[in-house]
Amino acid sequence: MAAPTVPESKQLQYISQQAADSRVNVEFETEDGMTLNIGPQHPATHGTLRIITRLDGEQVISCEPVPGYMHRGYEKLTEVRTYPQVTTLINRIDWLGSFANEVPFILAAEKLMEIEAPPRARYIRTILFELSRMANIVLFLGDLGAQLGGVTAVFYAFRDREFVLNQIEAVTGGRFHPNFDRIGGLKDDLPKGWIAETKKCMTRVHDFCDELEDLLIGNEIFQARTRGIGVIPANVGLSYGLSGANIRGSGVDWDIRRDHCPPGLVYDKADWKVCTHPDGDSFSRSWVRLQEVRESAKIVDQLLDSVPSGPVMAKVPRIIKVPEGEAYVATENPLGQMGYYVISKGDLVPFRVKIRSASFNNVSIVPWVTRGVFVPDVITILASLYFILGDIDR
Amino acid sequence: MMLGDTIFDVYWFQTVIKVLVVALLIPTTALILGIVFLFKVMSWMQSRLGPQEAGPKGLLQLLADGAKFLQKEDLTPMSADVRVFRMAPIVVLMSTFLLFVIIPASPNLVVENLPNGVFFAFAVSSLSVIGVLMAGWASANKYALLGGIRAAGQLIAYELPMVLAVVGVVIQAGTLSMNGIVVAQAGFHIGPIPVPYIVTQFPMFLVFLAATQAELTQAPFDMPVAESELVAGYQVEYSGFRFLFFFMAEFATAFAFAAIAATLFLGGYYVPGLDINSGIYWVLGPIVLFTKIMLVSFLIFWFRFTYPRFREDQLQRFAWKWLIPISLVWISVTALFKVWVA
Repeated sequence: MAAPTVPESKQLQYISQQAADSRVNVEFETEDGMTLNIGPQHPATHGTLRIITRLDGEQVISCEPVPGYMHRGYEKLTEVRTYPQVTTLINRIDWLGSFANEVPFILAAEKLMEIEAPPRARYIRTILFELSRMANIVLFLGDLGAQLGGVTAVFYAFRDREFVLNQIEAVTGGRFHPNFDRIGGLKDDLPKGWIAETKKCMTRVHDFCDELEDLLIGNEIFQARTRGIGVIPANVGLSYGLSGANIRGSGVDWDIRRDHCPPGLVYDKADWKVCTHPDGDSFSRSWVRLQEVRESAKIVDQLLDSVPSGPVMAKVPRIIKVPEGEAYVATENPLGQMGYYVISKGDLVPFRVKIRSASFNNVSIVPWVTRGVFVPDVITILASLYFILGDIDR
Repeated sequence: MMLGDTIFDVYWFQTVIKVLVVALLIPTTALILGIVFLFKVMSWMQSRLGPQEAGPKGLLQLLADGAKFLQKEDLTPMSADVRVFRMAPIVVLMSTFLLFVIIPASPNLVVENLPNGVFFAFAVSSLSVIGVLMAGWASANKYALLGGIRAAGQLIAYELPMVLAVVGVVIQAGTLSMNGIVVAQAGFHIGPIPVPYIVTQFPMFLVFLAATQAELTQAPFDMPVAESELVAGYQVEYSGFRFLFFFMAEFATAFAFAAIAATLFLGGYYVPGLDINSGIYWVLGPIVLFTKIMLVSFLIFWFRFTYPRFREDQLQRFAWKWLIPISLVWISVTALFKVWVA
C-alpha cells in the first residue's frame, strides 16, 4: 500500500504555520521596512527584553516586545517551598527594590493566618519599604539620563544610591536581597544609632533630587527629548493595566499606599501627598518619579520620629502552617502595583501563588505607544516606562 | 656640510623629521598629557573612580585602558567587507593626524606652513566622514549602518556652520594661513589693548564649538555612536586595537579641533604684549598653545558631560535654523566692518 501522501496545500499550511511560530527568529527585510532587533542584549532593555521593531528609515512601523528570556518560574517554585523560604526567592523579582517584593507576600500569609505584626514591626517595615523604593527610583533617574545620553547622571545615581543601600544593609545585612520580612514581624530590631544615620541619609536623598533636577529634568535638551513623546492618555493607560508612576504620569490620582493601604503598613501615620502630572508623556512620568523619591524621603523622615517601642515579632508557631483559604494583597511597589494571590490548602507550602508584577503590564503598552515614533524615542519611552526584567518574566 | 647645505635643507630629511613629529612627537606628548588631563576632568565631574585611583594619583588609568584594548582579540565579522572594515579606523585616524600638520606652535615651529592652511584643515577633517561611512557599511550590521548614516548626515550638516564660523576670522585676518592668522591677531588692537579674535568673533567661537562637538560626535550630538540606542553605532563590530584607533581618533580629533579653535580665536602661540618675532617663542610657543588647547578641550568635554543627546531631527534643525543664520549674520557684520575700516 502506498504511503499516504500529504496534499500540497496542507504542506504549505504546515510550513507557513512553522514560519509563523518561529517568526521571532527570522529577520525579514521587505520593501517597506527593515526589521531591527532591539535586544535581547541591548543597553536599553535593562536585561534581556527583546523588542522587534519594523522600521521605515528611522521611523517605527510596528514594535513588539518579546519577554521570556529570563523566565525563572517563580510561581511554580514557590509551590515547593515553605512560607518562610519563599521570601528568599521572591525578593529577586524586582532586584533593585527587593525588600518591597517580600512585603505583599508576607502580608498575604499574615492575612490567611490572621496574625498582625506588632506596631514597631509595621513602622520599620514601612520605612524599609520606602528605602527600597528610593534605592530603586534613584537608579531609574540616573539610568534615564544614561538612556538619553547624559552619562553623568548615572554615575551620580550609583554614588548616591549607595547611601540608601548602606542603611538597608545596616538593618538587614544584605544590600540587595535582605530576606528580612517574616510572617508576624521582622527578623531583627534596628541597630543602635540607625535612626540618626537614616535621617542624615534622607537629606542626601533630597540633595540628590535637587542636583538631578538641575542636571537632567530641568535641562532643555532633556525636555525637548521627552515632552510630547510617548503620550499615554489616562483611559488607554488604565485599559492596559498600567500602574504606579506610569498611570500617575497620565493624571490618574491613584496610589495603593493611600487608597487601599494593607493593614501591615502604616502610610496613614505620615503626612505626604500623591504626585500626578496631567500630560502623560515621558517627561511627566520621569517628573512624577522624581517627586515620588522626595515624598518617600518625607515619609521616612516622619516615621523615623515616631517609631514606637516594643517587640518586632508577634507570637507565631515555630512551624508555620497556613490555614486553608485564599488571599490577595497588593502594595504600591517602586514599579507599580505588585500583588500576590496566595491559595493555601492548610499545608507547609502554598498550593498556588500568582504574582502580579507591575512591569509586565507596563511593557504591554509599548506597541501602542511607539507607533510612528523614531528609534531614539523608542529608547526614551522604554526608559520612562521603567521596567525591570525580573519583574516582567518572574 | 660640504656643498654649503646643511642636512636640514635636504628634502627627504625634512620629510622624515616632519613625519616623525606628526606621527610620534604629537601623539606621545600632546595626546598623553591631554588625555590624562581630560580623564582627570572627567573623573572629577562625573565621580568616576578609575582616573582617581588607578596607580599613583590615578595616572595609570590611560595605560590600563590601552593595555585592555591591546589584549582583546581582533575580530572581524564573517559577513563584513574585510578590507574596507580593516581600513576604516585608519582612515579616521589619518584624517585626524593630518590636521596637526598645519598648526603652528611658534612662528617657525610648524610642520608645513601652508598658505591656505584653513582650507586644508577642513578638507582633511571631512575625510573622516568617509572612514565612518566605511566602518558603518562594511560592518554588515544594522546598528552600525544606522550609526554610519546618521554620522554622515550629521558631519555633512555641521561642516557648513564650522566653515562659516571660520570665514569670519579669515575675513578679519585677510589670510588663509594659520600662521598668518596668528600674526594678524598679534597686530589686532581695540584701542590700546591687544585682543585675540574671540572678542570680535565671539558668536562665531560658540558656533565653532557647537559644530566641533557635532563633528566629534560627542554629547549632545552623539547620535551616531549613541550607546544606549545604537549600542555604539559604527563602532559596534570593532574590538581590540581597531577600536582603540577609533577611541584615540576621538580624543585626537578633539585636540585637533581645539588647536584650530585656539589658533583662530585665542591667538594660538601668541602671548599679548610679547613681540611676535621674539626667539623665546621657540620654547614658550608650544607651552602657550598647549594651555590654550586644554582650555578649549576642557570646554568641549564640559559640554559633553553635562548635556543629554539631541534627536536626529532636532540636531538638523539646530544646525540649519540657528548655527548657520547666526554665522551668516556675523560674516556680514565682519565684512561690513572690514570694508568700513579699510
